[in-house]
Amino acid sequence: MTALSVLDRKVLRDLWRIKGQAVAIIFVIASGIALFEMSNNMIIALDETMRAYYERHRFADVFAPAKRAPKNVLSEIRNLEGVSDVEGRINGGGLATVPGVDAPISARVLSYDPDRVSPINRVFLTEGRMIRTTHPDEILLLRPFADAHGLEPGDSLAMTLNGAQREFVIAGLALSPEFIYALPPGEFVVDAGRFAVLWANVETMEAAYDLDGAFNEAVLTISRTAQVDSLIQSLDRLMAPYGATGAIARADQVSNKYLVEELKQLSTMTTVMTPIFLGVAIFLLNIVITRLVQTEREQIGLLKAFGYSNGDIGLHYLKFVLAIALGGALLGWLGGQYLGAVISEIYRLYFHFPFLLYGAEWSTVGGSILISASAASLGAYAAIRGAVVLSPAVAMRPPAPPNYARGTGLTEAMMRALDQPSRMILRRVARQPFRAGLTVLGVGAAMGLAVMMRFNFNATDYMLDVSFNVTDRSDVFVTFPEPVSGAAIHEIEKIDGVLYTEPFRSAPVVFRNERIEYLGAITGLPANPVLNRAVDSDLRNVPIRGDGIVLSEQLAELLSVNVGEAVTVSVKEGRRPTLELPVSGKVEALIGTPAYMTMDSLNRALKEPYRMSGAYLKIDPEQRTAVYEQLKSVPKVAGVSLRREAYHNFKEMIDQGPGTFRNIMAVFSIVIAAGVVYNAARIAFIERSHDLASLRVLGFTKIEAGYVLLGELALLTLLALPIGSLIGYGLWAYLAGALSTELYQIPTVYREDSLGQSAIVVLVAAVIAAAFVQRDINKLDIAAALKTRE
Amino acid sequence: MSHHREQLDISDPDGAEAIYRARGITKVYGEGPSAVHALRGVDLDVPPGELVVLLGPSGSGKSTLLNIMGGLDRATGGDLYFRDALISDYSDRRLTAYRRQHVGFVFQFYNLMPSLTARENVELVTEIAPAPMSADEALRLVDLDHRADHFPAELSGGEQQRVAIARAIAKKPTVLFCDEPTGALDSKTGVTVLRALQTLNRELGATTLIITHAAATAAMADRVINFADGAIREVVENDNPVDAEEVSW
Repeated sequence: MTALSVLDRKVLRDLWRIKGQAVAIIFVIASGIALFEMSNNMIIALDETMRAYYERHRFADVFAPAKRAPKNVLSEIRNLEGVSDVEGRINGGGLATVPGVDAPISARVLSYDPDRVSPINRVFLTEGRMIRTTHPDEILLLRPFADAHGLEPGDSLAMTLNGAQREFVIAGLALSPEFIYALPPGEFVVDAGRFAVLWANVETMEAAYDLDGAFNEAVLTISRTAQVDSLIQSLDRLMAPYGATGAIARADQVSNKYLVEELKQLSTMTTVMTPIFLGVAIFLLNIVITRLVQTEREQIGLLKAFGYSNGDIGLHYLKFVLAIALGGALLGWLGGQYLGAVISEIYRLYFHFPFLLYGAEWSTVGGSILISASAASLGAYAAIRGAVVLSPAVAMRPPAPPNYARGTGLTEAMMRALDQPSRMILRRVARQPFRAGLTVLGVGAAMGLAVMMRFNFNATDYMLDVSFNVTDRSDVFVTFPEPVSGAAIHEIEKIDGVLYTEPFRSAPVVFRNERIEYLGAITGLPANPVLNRAVDSDLRNVPIRGDGIVLSEQLAELLSVNVGEAVTVSVKEGRRPTLELPVSGKVEALIGTPAYMTMDSLNRALKEPYRMSGAYLKIDPEQRTAVYEQLKSVPKVAGVSLRREAYHNFKEMIDQGPGTFRNIMAVFSIVIAAGVVYNAARIAFIERSHDLASLRVLGFTKIEAGYVLLGELALLTLLALPIGSLIGYGLWAYLAGALSTELYQIPTVYREDSLGQSAIVVLVAAVIAAAFVQRDINKLDIAAALKTRE
Repeated sequence: MSHHREQLDISDPDGAEAIYRARGITKVYGEGPSAVHALRGVDLDVPPGELVVLLGPSGSGKSTLLNIMGGLDRATGGDLYFRDALISDYSDRRLTAYRRQHVGFVFQFYNLMPSLTARENVELVTEIAPAPMSADEALRLVDLDHRADHFPAELSGGEQQRVAIARAIAKKPTVLFCDEPTGALDSKTGVTVLRALQTLNRELGATTLIITHAAATAAMADRVINFADGAIREVVENDNPVDAEEVSW
């Protein structure tokens, strides 16, 4: 081993001398890198897992539902251009009854041929065995649902299929690429226990749904070069006679859509957050290195006088910076690997994969170091340049003493009201406004981060509140597999304990404006809706009147249509009419891209008077069990959703998934605040140990002397709170915009107490940092400090 | 600011008894073979009100002794009495109170707060001392009342040192410690500083201890203490101290 050069030994000793500050900066860099790594690893892991799963289990590229199509249509589909394989299956709704659970549980039942070699949407058997064609009562059950209710292979499961009761035997538990995110119909959050997915024998299904020799959904895989859009068009034409409601591409498949959206959000978070952390790290390094170079002016001059080149000097300080950057990168990388694994596991509670391809991403070590080193070098650039260009003669003269004659902007009278230590604080801040400003900005960044996180929570709460207490105020939401007549509604109204029934009509449509197409749905509301209403962004009830259509802002924007213009609507069910509807209004929706009409005018347009797709119910909580029981026996009820449970599930999910993520962020914002305050305090301490010693000589106590220093930081920290709040607003407004998707709009609402909570976080961090510096003040050797000149 | 302030009650027995009594004071820096013995057993009595000059080469221990007597540093061994209080046993907190109530310091490098004006530097002390004179009065005593609103950066070296002296005496200290007060000044400016110290010693009666390299300064002292190698070599009493103006070097 070669001995270190003297300058390199100096690097190590300098690092040791400022170890507290170095550690603080390392932590800030590490936080940024960890966040970056964590999200990146998760994105890579989830994305790779998703792709591998889709590939191995032949997840369909196109889903084409119909009412009833004869099996010979399949060969016609296979002949369409771009189709590589097709299967017909029966996809039916139903209700499951589980012992101990009063409420009916929505279920999806799919036909499955156990003898088929590598079928499309092949299931992954996790326990038990495959169903047998010889046993018509055998089913496979979605694993998370089974786990939620303690069901095992061999147990039986009571089902209501197409209005008929039936008992099945669970042969095995399975996962499927179709149900990675198993969303119950009509809801937007998974609840493993509230949504059952079953796979049953083809013959069983044909009998249950009266589809002998027919299928009601074609699933397709396509060739790599296939044009999805044109394929869907030809498919829709081909399937139209069989009651097709419109084929959807994989991109629109619910489970896949949520998964892809989640990955997108993670990626957005990473893009927004990482630069904030690295920005703060750059700022801290800038301050520390600037200070280091200032205190070492004479040494730099001496080194140059001895014949060290500018390059040598620059390299010397660069090594110092890079050592810190390397520490931050490695710590951050390790932290990111760990946190990524933790969060990925949490994600598996919602996204059900049979396996997770999570591994340490060695390939990103280099990237982490590069990012960290670039940020650090950027931060130190000006200071190092200052050292490099310093001429030896100038370097060996001490810098000019600071002149405090410049005013603070405070009047003499105001100054008079303050004691001397307070005046020292004010003059110092006024004397170096740029540096003070940077400190304020650094602490403000931490505050902003904390504020943004709190606002994020607020927005989620708001969304939940609006969704479950303002727009939808029902207790139970009932859907039918296809529009039913008023008779079915009457049957529900008759149930004891049902207090109010509000029907609605919904039709799957393709919206069209010139060349823009969007697959969506129109919701028809009764004249004066009570339980499920259209509300605008100010939560005011939007009355839906006349024959026009009211579009959500997002949908109107997607289609680029305005109020007064017309939109073309191709209905995907029933008689499949194509309509020209005038846009009569716009409404800002939080979730989804709804379009509203009155139920009457929608039905009229569809030429299907008095048809309903489902109903919102208000029930007597006392008679809940009885209501649930009777709902199960109403024929045609395909899905029952309990709003209260949905609400609690959503809250729980937010707490676990995004909640964990945000808690990690909260810790990071404390790291930033403490890092900035500690660094500012340490530098102030070093610069002013002479002043502090003088104060101690004059008889100031440790606390009184500390006040001069820490009071300044307290002042800057307090200034940072409002500025940080503004930064928080800005960050949140930006992030909310970036995170908003077709599936839901993130509202930029906030609550004032979030600012208070964030301020507490920042103040606690500042107090901790101040305590460290007060400890240095307590240990100050007065006699030694005074022997050296400034 | 509000703080708990330690109150010291150190009685002032009238009479010519020594204000400081040092017995066997030692100061060792470090440990083992690398230990440095800064003071090797100092015995000293300082009568109240005197102007005492400490002479000796660098490293002879005079600054160390001054720091210990002023409560800036602690002795390794020995007893140090201020009046009848054994201050060598004092806690940090009591030493701070002792400095605050009784001791004024003047250093070679002024140690003014650059962010405070001359008056404010003095007020730094008058705000915390129990019975100070006004800041303006203290500045008048060093002939700087006309420069009261200037910042240190706007004052000459001699002026800065006189502000430091005004700051030291504003609390009406019992003792005034000056470590090389003229060390950074030219001789002409140095004399104005010495005159200020002498005047204050005579008018306020504060016991004054001055460390200096300039042996000529000894002529204005009531008592001259010669240091060498961590111990007192010689104490010379001077019955006819000269005025500061007559000191030349």
